[in-house]
Order: sequence, then structure tokens, then C-alpha cells
Amino acid sequence: MLHIVSKIHRKVLLNQQPRERKLRSRERQRFDPNCFDPNSRIMIGLFKVKEKQKEEAKNNNARGASAKKQSAGELRLHKDITELNLPKSCSISFPNGKNDLMNFEVTIKPDDGYYLGGKFVFTFQVSPVYPHEAPKVKCKTKVYHPNIDLEGNVCLNILREDWKPVLNINTVIYGLFHLFTEPNHEDPLNHDAAAVLRDNPKQFEANVKRAMYGGFVGQTSFPRCI
Amino acid sequence: MADLEAPQSKTRDLDKLLLRAGNLVGPDFYPGAELRDDIRDYVRILVVGAGGLGCELLKDLALSGFRNLDVIDMDRIEVTNLNRQFLFRQILLLEDVGKPKAEVAAKRVMERVSGVEIVPHFSRIEDKELEFYNDFNIIALGLDSIEARRYINGVACGFLEYDEDDTPRRETIKPMVDGGTEGFKGHARVIVPGVTPCFECTIWLFPPQVKFPLCTLAETPRNAAHCIEYAHLIKWHEVHGGKSFDPDEPDHMKWVYDEAIKRAELFGIPGVTYSFTQGVVKNIIPAIASTNAIISAACALETLKIVSGCSKTLANYLTYNGGEGLHTKVTEFVRDQDCLVCGPGILIELDTSITLQKFIDMLEEHPKLLLSKASVKHGKDSLYMQAPPVLEEMHRPNLSKPLYDLMGRVQKDTVHVFGTALKNEEKQSSLTKLRVVFKGADGVTDMDTAIGA
Repeated sequence: MLHIVSKIHRKVLLNQQPRERKLRSRERQRFDPNCFDPNSRIMIGLFKVKEKQKEEAKNNNARGASAKKQSAGELRLHKDITELNLPKSCSISFPNGKNDLMNFEVTIKPDDGYYLGGKFVFTFQVSPVYPHEAPKVKCKTKVYHPNIDLEGNVCLNILREDWKPVLNINTVIYGLFHLFTEPNHEDPLNHDAAAVLRDNPKQFEANVKRAMYGGFVGQTSFPRCI
Repeated sequence: MADLEAPQSKTRDLDKLLLRAGNLVGPDFYPGAELRDDIRDYVRILVVGAGGLGCELLKDLALSGFRNLDVIDMDRIEVTNLNRQFLFRQILLLEDVGKPKAEVAAKRVMERVSGVEIVPHFSRIEDKELEFYNDFNIIALGLDSIEARRYINGVACGFLEYDEDDTPRRETIKPMVDGGTEGFKGHARVIVPGVTPCFECTIWLFPPQVKFPLCTLAETPRNAAHCIEYAHLIKWHEVHGGKSFDPDEPDHMKWVYDEAIKRAELFGIPGVTYSFTQGVVKNIIPAIASTNAIISAACALETLKIVSGCSKTLANYLTYNGGEGLHTKVTEFVRDQDCLVCGPGILIELDTSITLQKFIDMLEEHPKLLLSKASVKHGKDSLYMQAPPVLEEMHRPNLSKPLYDLMGRVQKDTVHVFGTALKNEEKQSSLTKLRVVFKGADGVTDMDTAIGA
């Protein structure tokens, strides 16, 4: 990690403008403009002035700064949301209104494949450390799917081990959409469904339809979602 | 050379730094007793965290001549803290386990260093008003998560103001000294908003966290950590439905451990122990007292240097690795000029009567921005969003209102805008910070502090 850091540092430095070499080398050692070496007297003096300032400010109420804290994570999320470019089969809703964009729902209606006609709702929970942490996504609709278990956990690589800060909400939604058009028996969360898909696709198709219409598959019952 | 007759002055070592000139001092360093006494009487330092680094920091700062300290920590003392958080004891008549860390730490240091005043705050950092943080001259961080550091960085950089030619205003700069440790490794850095890179400027250097694929956990576990995470992430919800898992609840942890053992036995995987379970679930890396001591010493020293100017400050990121031998390096990171948190942004002067719609139209013409289809965010409030349609509708009523009102009628504040910008004749998605100043707003015009030095 140290090695990578100094590589990046050198790259960034090369883009910087060269500093004016006004000072001789010995003097440069004493005063480096990139170091914060405040005039000690002024710094201490500031403390006394600050106390006086606070008294005056209280009387005049000339505060400019906002009392509300916003996080860089929220900003990036807002940007991602305004830039969403969803296919017609996907829609987004904000159950908590416009003041809580960190929790929202995405509805997917696959237009192809085994799940054609069904309606599946996913909840998204975005953490304050976004985009350095992937959003937490769970499937609210109980579904018979090799990559989605009965609790709603979704096995999608970009939600866990392959998440990168350069990805965004749009890519996650596309990933989820892809799960329905191309379910995959090689990364199973629902072992039984995966086995049926692999060994007997016709049976899988029938099971999916039965589940979507609100029937039983094996011992498990599914609510209707079509 | 030791003077055996006269009693040693308590400030003997500090005097060597503050009472005499040297080759590495700051540009206008005035050595003398007044400097030392001013530090003692006027400087206020906040120590965030009273754990491994916090305890050491409080001791170091108190002994470095600072007399007005505050410490904030939301946790209570646990047995596993006692190997390094030396201010806490569980022996004979001292039963600290279960008490708030901040309060006990403050009490112990005040007992040992005469004259120091430490005010403990047993609360979350998010629960304090912003003005609370503004009262301190330097904030020293002994935190354990990216999230907490990001929050404090946002608060401290939020105080930073720029003047018309985009230079930071000295009196609004709130320096931070941030330390972190993990086993044998640690870092110490100096963050001076507006001068050095802030935490957000360099946040992209963090490597991604280790996360196992859910299907590995569900189908093909190969090691003890897989078994534990299976129990923690998958089995818990299967059995306990809506109840959220609390890692500090011993029953919950024991349940996860039992399930992990069952899973490990099923797949023939060795290595699941209770302490390893705690480590994986809570993301714990065993802590070492000496690493904490080294890093907080560096931080305390930087605090003293910034306040007094008695020596060249760390520029600006020190890494330490004591795992195999000892390695330490200082790297000078550079600021991100476009940083959303500490950057100057672009100054925009407006009339108080301008509506939000007019403002958005202006952004398209502004030579430095050329931003079309802009969405606007002010602090936690989103004022307007161009998309998706459901949100655009919710925000539409704002377009006809004056921006001054929507922003709470403050004379100046930060606003973020995003949309499509034309850069080098290419359309690019852009997210920019703006400093909005209203002309003709009521209230006193900017108080230019005349520093009488």
C-alpha cells in the first residue's frame, strides 16, 4: 500500500505547477509554504480575539454558516439518482419522500425470460460512507430464484466482493435486472432452484410460473406477484 | 550536569522547545514564557475518542502543557480494553468496566496531572451541535472508522471560509490531527482545511473492504470466516426474522458462534473460536499498546507544533509499520482542488430576489460552469432534482421561490450543483461546490477580523 501511495503521489506532483524558488535552500527548511506554521503570536492572539468576536456575534446574530450537516456520500448519491437511466421495465420510488434519499425502492418487471410478467420490489439502503461501501439491497418480494434466497438476500457480485466506488445505483439496478433475464445456477443462494434450473429447465419454468401466480413449490408457498 | 539542589521545573522539557529559538522554528516564532503560558491558559483541544489512542492522547497533551482539554466518546469500558487503555482499571477497589470511557479517562488524568481541566462528553459525535466543535483550536482524532473520520472532517471543513480571491480565511481554519492504528501499523496525519488535503481529498486511497460473495457463504464455505459470516449474515435472519443483530449483545454473539461451529463441523472446517467469531463479526484486529503510544505521541507533538510554531510541522501523512522491524515514512499528499468538502468552489454573488429557476438558468451561462440541467442541493435539503420524474415533481414547487428563502435566509452558504457541463467541448457529468453570497441581505456585513498582532 505504501508503494502504491508514493506512485500516485509522484503522478500528482508532476501535474502541479513548480513552486517559485525564491528562498535559498537553508531558509526553505525553516519555512515551507505547504506546512501550516502559523505565526504563533497571531494564533494565540486569535484565541483572545475570538472570545470577543463570539460576544459580538451573539448580539448581532450574523452567522452565515448552515447548521445542517450534509455528507459527501449523500451528494454523490443525489448525483447518481439524477443521472439514472433506467429501462422501461424498472422504476424507482421514495417511500420516505424527498428528504430521505438514502432509502428507496426499485421495482423490476422483467420483459423477457422465465420471469416475464412478474413484479419484483427491491429495497435499497445507502450508507453514509457511499460510494466506498456498496448499497445494501434486499428483495422484498418472495421469489423462486437460484440467486435470491427466501429471506430476500441477493447474490450479486457487485453488491459485495466486486463493488468499486466508480460503480453507482444505475449499475446495481442493471445487475438486478440481469438476474431475472439470465438466472444463473452457478452462484446459488437457493440450492434447490439452482439444481432444477440446471437439470430440468422445463420444470424450472413451470416452478417459476407457479410461484409467481401464488402457488406452492415443494413445501414453500409464494405470494402472487404477476 | 543535573542540578541536584534546585527542584526540577515541571516544564523543564517544554521550556527547551518554547523558551529558545532554533533552526526549525516557524517564521514568526517568539520564544518566551508568555507563549508557554498562553498555551496553558487559552488553547482548547478536543480529543475525539477515549480508547486506545484517546487515553494516550489525553496523557500526552496534558503533560505537554495543555490545560483545557475536552474528550468525547460514546462507549463504555469493556474488559478487552484493559490491555492498552491504561487509564481504566479493574482491580481491588477500582471497577471501571461498564462505566463511560470519557468520564473515567478525564478523571484519571486530572488526578495525575495537576492543573489540567478535562471535560468529558459521554455522547455520539453526531449528537453535538456544530458550534460545539467551533470552540476548539485543534481537534485531535483517535477514531476507529472511516465514517466517523468523514463526519468530523466534514464538520471542521464546514467552518472554512474563503474570501473573494479563493484564499482560505486564516481565522476560520480548524486544524485536525488524525491518528489511526491497526495491530502493528499506524498512521498520523495533519489536516489543515484549505492548506493540506482533507480526509475527503484522499478518501479514494482506501482499499475496498473484504466482503465474501453470498453464494460462497451459502454453498461453498472454505474457511472459518465463511462459516462465521454465514451464521451472522444469512442464518441469523432466517431464524430471528426482523430482529437486528447486535454485536455487543453477548447472547447474540453466542448464538452466532454456536451456529458457526455447527456449520464448520458440517463442512469439516477448523478454526472457529469464540474470539475469532467476535473478530470477524466486529471487524476487530488485535490492538497493541505500543503502536497506540507511538502514534498518539506523534499526534500530540504535532498539536504542540501547530499551536506554538516551535518546529516545522509534519507534511503531512506519516505511516508506521512495526510488524517486521520498524518502518516509518512521511508522504506529502496534495489537495484536491475540486474537493467537495474543503475546496473553495466557485463564488457566486446573487440578489436576494432571484428565484431558484432563474438561478438554475444562470448556471448554464456562467463561464466557469456552463452547467445545463442542474440539480441543486443545500446542506441536507435537496432544492431541485431534474430526474427521476417522481422526484422532479416533488421539487417543482420550489422553482418559483426565491433562492434566498429556500436557503433559510442566510447571508452566505455552500450549495452543490450537479448536471451536465461542457468541458473541452465534451459533455461531462459534473458535481460542483458553489459559494453563494447574497448582496443586500439584512444583517451585518462580513466582520473582517482585524488581528491586532
